[in-house]
This record gives sequence, C-alpha cells and structure tokens, in this order.
Amino acid sequence: MAEKEPVKEKIPRVVMPEQRPDIRRRNFDEVPLGYTSEMAVEEASRCLQCKRPPCVAGCPVDIDIPAFIGHIRAGDFDEAIKKILEKNRLPAICGRVCPQETQCEIRCVLGKKGEPVAIGNLERFAADFARINGIEGAPPRQKPTGKRVAVVGSGPAGLTVAGDLIAKGHEVTVFEAFHKPGGVLVYGIPEFRLPKEIVFAEVALLDKDGVDIECNMVVGRTVTLDELFDEGYDAIFLGVGAGLPRFMDIPGENLVGIMSANEYLTRANLMKAYRFPEYDTPIPRGKNVAVLGAGNVAMDAARTAIRLGADEARIVYRRSRQEMPARAAEIHHAEEEGIEFLFLTNPKRFLGDDSGHVIGMECLRMELGEPDASGRRRPVPIEGSEFELGCDLVVVAVGSGANPLLTNSIKDLVLNRWGYIEADPETGKTSLDGVWAGGDIVTGSATVILAMGAGRKAADSMHEYLTGGRRLS
Amino acid sequence: MFEIVRREEMAKGTVILNEIEAPRIARKAEPGQFVILKANETGERIPLTMADTDPERGTITVIYMVVGRSTALFRELRVGEGYQDMIGPLGRSAHLERVGTVVCVGGGTGVAVLYPITRGLKQLGNRVISIIGARTKDLLILDDEMKAISDELHVCTDDGSYGHHGFVTDVLKTVLEEEVVELAVAVGPVLMMKFVSEITRPYNIKTLVSLNPIMIDGTGMCGGCRVSVGGENKFACIDGPEFDGHKVDFDQLMQRLQAYRQEEIQSLEAHRCKLEP
Ligand SMILES: Cc1cc2nc3c(=O)[nH]c(=O)nc-3n(C[C@H](O)[C@H](O)[C@H](O)COP(=O)(O)OP(=O)(O)OC[C@H]3O[C@@H](n4cnc5c(N)ncnc54)[C@H](O)[C@@H]3O)c2cc1C
Ligand code: FES
Repeated sequence: MAEKEPVKEKIPRVVMPEQRPDIRRRNFDEVPLGYTSEMAVEEASRCLQCKRPPCVAGCPVDIDIPAFIGHIRAGDFDEAIKKILEKNRLPAICGRVCPQETQCEIRCVLGKKGEPVAIGNLERFAADFARINGIEGAPPRQKPTGKRVAVVGSGPAGLTVAGDLIAKGHEVTVFEAFHKPGGVLVYGIPEFRLPKEIVFAEVALLDKDGVDIECNMVVGRTVTLDELFDEGYDAIFLGVGAGLPRFMDIPGENLVGIMSANEYLTRANLMKAYRFPEYDTPIPRGKNVAVLGAGNVAMDAARTAIRLGADEARIVYRRSRQEMPARAAEIHHAEEEGIEFLFLTNPKRFLGDDSGHVIGMECLRMELGEPDASGRRRPVPIEGSEFELGCDLVVVAVGSGANPLLTNSIKDLVLNRWGYIEADPETGKTSLDGVWAGGDIVTGSATVILAMGAGRKAADSMHEYLTGGRRLS
Repeated sequence: MFEIVRREEMAKGTVILNEIEAPRIARKAEPGQFVILKANETGERIPLTMADTDPERGTITVIYMVVGRSTALFRELRVGEGYQDMIGPLGRSAHLERVGTVVCVGGGTGVAVLYPITRGLKQLGNRVISIIGARTKDLLILDDEMKAISDELHVCTDDGSYGHHGFVTDVLKTVLEEEVVELAVAVGPVLMMKFVSEITRPYNIKTLVSLNPIMIDGTGMCGGCRVSVGGENKFACIDGPEFDGHKVDFDQLMQRLQAYRQEEIQSLEAHRCKLEP
C-alpha cells in the first residue's frame, strides 16, 4: 500500500478471496475463488479508461483491456467477454496463469502511485461468467477457404493458431501426442492453479467452432510431416513445447524416489494420480520431499507434494531468494502453505538404502560470486561445507530442454545449437516452406501468453500464405 | 477408440492376445517397437511391445500377461470393445542384420516380443537357434510359431512338465559350448536377461535385450524410463527398448520396476472390492 492516498485511487484494489492456507494445503481445489459480480464491477470502476492505454502494449495478444473492463464496469458482462475473445480464445486460462504483474498490470497508470487494476482477475471473471452462464462470444467464422492446416501440439501456441485460423475460414486439425489436449496446461500446471475442467471447456469451444482435435498422434512417429503434406495439408504449425526433462547428472540420480518435475506433475495432473486408487496411476507420497529448483515448476511440485500428504516439502535452490525465477505470487502461495526454502544449497550426490530408494542428499553450501551470463550472481560451492539432508522423495525441477523426437524426424529443419527450432520472431516461419513454429519449442520454456503471442503471429503469417495465391508445394 | 478385432486367451487365460485396429500404427511399426495403451478414462498408460503387425488389415497385435490392476482391466475387454487410447509406434526398431548364427532366448511373455525379432533375423538368412521357456507347460506361449521360424527350437519348463527340465540359461550354456554364435537376443523377465547377458559375456557374443521400465509418455518427456547403460543414462522409450545386455545395469532396473509395488497391491485390492461388493 502506498503511504499517501493517490488522487484517483479512491477504492483499494479488490482482493480476490482465496481458500485459507491451512485448508487448501490438503486439497486440490483451486486456491483463488474468483470475484463475485459486485467485486468485479467495483474493481473495474478503478480503471481510469486511459485514452492511450499503456497496459495494452504489455499484452502479447493485444487485448483491448480498457474496453473489456469498461463493459464489466457497466455490468455488461456479455460484451466484456466478446471484447476479450476478439483477441484471446483462452481467457479463463490466461486470467489464471499469466504473469500480469510483469506484462499489463506493471504498465497500469494506477500502479505508479498505488496498486494497478487487477486486469488478470477481471479477465478471469469475464471468462468464468461466460462459461458458467453459457454465453458465447467468439467472432463469427469467415467463409471457408478450402485450405487445410495441420497444427502439431495442443498447448497454448497450437490452440491459438487453431482458433485464429478456423475463424479465418481454414480447415484445422490439431495433432496431439498425449491422450488429452492442452499441453502443459493439462499435464504440467496443477489443478489447484488451473482446474482441468476449465482447460477442457476452452478447448471444447474450439472443437465446437470446427477445429478437429486428434489425440494419440505422435507426429514424427504415427505420421510424419511429409505424410501430412501428402494427405493434403497446405500449411503446418509446430508447437510441440519444450518437453525434455533436465536432470542434475550427479551420482545416485536413478534411485527410486527421484523423478523429474515432468514425471511428477504428469502423474498428478494428466493422470490424476492424486485420486489414486480411483485413478489407476500411482504417485509416490513422500513424507519428506525435496524439490530442486526455484521456478514456477518447482513451486507447483512442492505445493503438490504438500497436498499429497508430505510432512515437509522443501525448495532446495543453489542461489538466493532474490534470484528465484518463480512469480512472486507463486512463492507467496507456497510460503503460506508451509513450503520451506533452503537457499544457497546444491546437492552433490543422492544417498540410497539397500533397496535402492532415496533416503537423502549430500549437499554443498554455496555463496554468490561474480554475475554470470544471465546477469545473476553465480553460485560457487563453499569448500568443505558438505552436509546431509534427509528426504524420501526428490523432484528435479531444474528446467527443460528441446525434445528431439519430432525435430529429428524432419529433414532440413534448421535448429539452433540447443535444439530449438529456428523461426522468424515476426512470422514464426521456419527454414521449411509451408512450416511454421512457435511457443516453447522455439524460445525454450517461457509462458503461456508468449506461446499464444507466437501462435498469433504465426497464424497471421500462415493466413497470408494460404490466401496470398502463392503456389503451394 | 481402438477396437479389438481378435482376442485369444493363452496359457490358461493368464496371457491374453489382442489384435487391435490401428491402421496408422500398423503401417509404420517395425519389430521391437512398442505402443502405449490406456483402457479407459481412469486407466494407466501401459507400454507393450508389439508381437505382430498387419499393415494390410491395419492391425497390430499385443500379447500380455495379466499381472496387475491394468492388465486385469485389459483382460475384461472383448472383441468389438477397445482401448480408449493408444499411441505408437514408439522406440527404436530392433537391430536386425545377417551375422550367421543367432540365439534367441525368450522367457514367459517375453516370447511374444521375441517372436517378430526372431522372424526378422530368420528372414535375413541367419541360422536361428531359439530357446524359450516358462514356469510350466500350460504357461508356454507361441512354441509352434517359434518352431516355424527357427532352425532349432529348445523348449524348457522350470518344473519339467514339458521339454527340458530347467531354465533357458542351462540350455543356452550347452548351445554356446557346441556352436559358434555371433549374436544373442534375450527377451523376458529382467533376471533372465541379466543371466543370459552374463553367460554370453565371456564368449564376447553381442547380446541384445529388450527392456520394459516404467513409462508414462513414451516420447522422452518424463525421464521415468531412464536406465543406466554403460554408465550413461538412456531413455528406454527413445533410445531403446533394445540395449546392449552387457552394458545394462539390471539390478538398478529391477529396483526401479519395484517402485510402485505397494500401490499395485492397493490398486488391485481396490479394484477387487469394486468387482465383488
Ligand atoms: C509446471 C509448469 C507450470 C507453469 N506455470 C506457468 C504459469 O503459471 N504461467 C505461464 O504463463 N506459464 C507457465 N508455464 C509455462 C507454460 O506452460 C509454457 O510456456 C507453455 O505451455 C508453452 O506452450 P506451447 O504451446 O509452446 O507448448 P506446450 O504447452 O508444452 O504444448 C506442447 C504440446 O505438444 C505435444 N507434443 C509434443 N511433441 C509432439 C509430437 N511429436 N506430436 C504431437 N504432439 C506433440 C505435447 O504433448 C504438448 O501437449 C508453466 C510450465 C510448467 C511445466
Ligand atoms: S516414458 Fe517418459 S521419457 Fe520415456
């Protein structure tokens, strides 16, 4: 809170009610409970309706923020969702998981002296209101072009391309390797942050618009890119995400009870292992859990562990609090739920028992040295500082890389030195004619909205290609 | 849905064969590759190596032993019903080449996986000596089929109810004493593959094994299937399932396969309660 009351800010930012930490740490229900209509109208009334709104420039998909907030303020929620859907087909998702504090809200004029308008909360409200009340607001579909587009991967990048191109009159098929569409939204981000029902509802709207979603299709294996062209697709978008887990590469890492965050979260979210044995997939219920890393993924893993009954769940991070890459809100939620943080600590090896199960880690204490390439101070081990930390489950959440399964199957597709696809940042065009790419498989792990922004640009470029009378080969 | 077009019970109903309609997978699949199956909404993703494929009919065949909750669920599926989800073909195809004399060793349902590999090796013109085994005569599968594609077939049962009384490894030892063998392929229980690899090691015979670690996605995304091969971590779903048996850390694999033992028991019990209220 600012010390002086800002001139225009009469009403304080409306706080979204949440489940109490002591209760929610043992259930998988969503943490924030959403605004009521009254709360939304009150929050919307704080917006200054700037003539040249700086917030819009912070949105990777250019939502007309003041316009939709204006509709909410007027109580016209139908119009609000229509305004959002003009630019964003996944608003209930974005309202929940976008880092608004570094995108739109950080630019809000109110934020200079007090607290910015809660743009994300309002987006979420409008989307939830529409879903619950069955309001449809997607722009009408343009007349069919007869062109066919294949989208590989059903994460936010792929879904955005699909939504944009179906609206422009093309035929769109999405191919997804998993048995459910949604990408990280479904397998990675936990239920308590993003209920899967909401993801499926937003995907169902695309389905209703005519997007054909084919799951269980591992492109590169079940079908190749060349075969898709042969089957009559005129253009292809690759949005396969950055699905390759990184490990620590230290001794003992294959002990039972040590797994990647991808595995842990996929079991919990996609496979619903938190409802075992009602669902058949098991998940280790560690009592003393160490999560390595301090990004959003690590927070999700630690908070999942607590909900699965851990007595202790610890974030073990080699740098200090300041360098943690996770969103402040996620760190805050984790702390409220009793997650502990062990900074300047790095495991050196894992310790196991006779049955090959992890029982602890030998760790080194670190100190911060000179800044490294990322601009953050490099952690250096302190000689002789080894100590043991007991644990019965370790989740490795130290980032991910480019999964080569698809990219290796495509001849002549240019990749960068880390294996990500080279694509034009303005258009998403790859080195291959008729092939675009976007999202994490181009940028490395980023955010939902950046993947959507990349999808939007690619869709525009693909549309131009498909309608520009260029010869398709 | 992936429809079951043929279903057979083998080994007194403990082993099930499903021929499943999946034209795209059938067109692509090669010996040694696997699929991942999920029966229904609440089901688990289970990897099974294909025993056969028929590109013309557009089908693939899997043969599995009923061991836990998921395979018990699979067993209930009849012809005309099917699996909600299936992906494939996954993994690398088996390494098939003409080398001279090869020994193919299979135990239990491993014989189902061994069968297309053996056939491939035979078609390339190798002299094929096959050794297959089971606990008892009734549990033996595909012995006629293996016989048809082998130059020599040895059958063993642990209890002596059929063929040689003893383990496949006993027969293997005898064969290696009498024959010059260039390549060995072993598919079966981990312990069997481990012992086969130990027996062939002193002879310097290249030995290929097909591993079945716990998997989820089968596309290299989770790392749950990692195995230590020659001191290096490999993802069985991408780099395997076939590996050099002389380099695999079988003990670690066995431990990792036991990871959910408690849960398996719990799951089976929960399922039984539902079936018999
Ligand atoms: C645990 C976790 C939490 C996160 N939290 C946030 C957050 O709060 N806010 C935020 O903005 N971002 C968050 N992120 C990042 C964000 O989810 C990603 O940046 C975003 O999902 C990337 O979108 P994408 O479309 O590029 O790929 P993905 O979402 O990864 O989707 C790719 C899809 O392609 C499929 N696929 C892969 N290979 C093939 C193939 N060969 N054939 C067919 N399909 C294939 C995959 O199965 C997957 O479904 C989080 C990520 C994780 C892992
Ligand atoms: S099964 Fe997930 S990486 Fe192999």
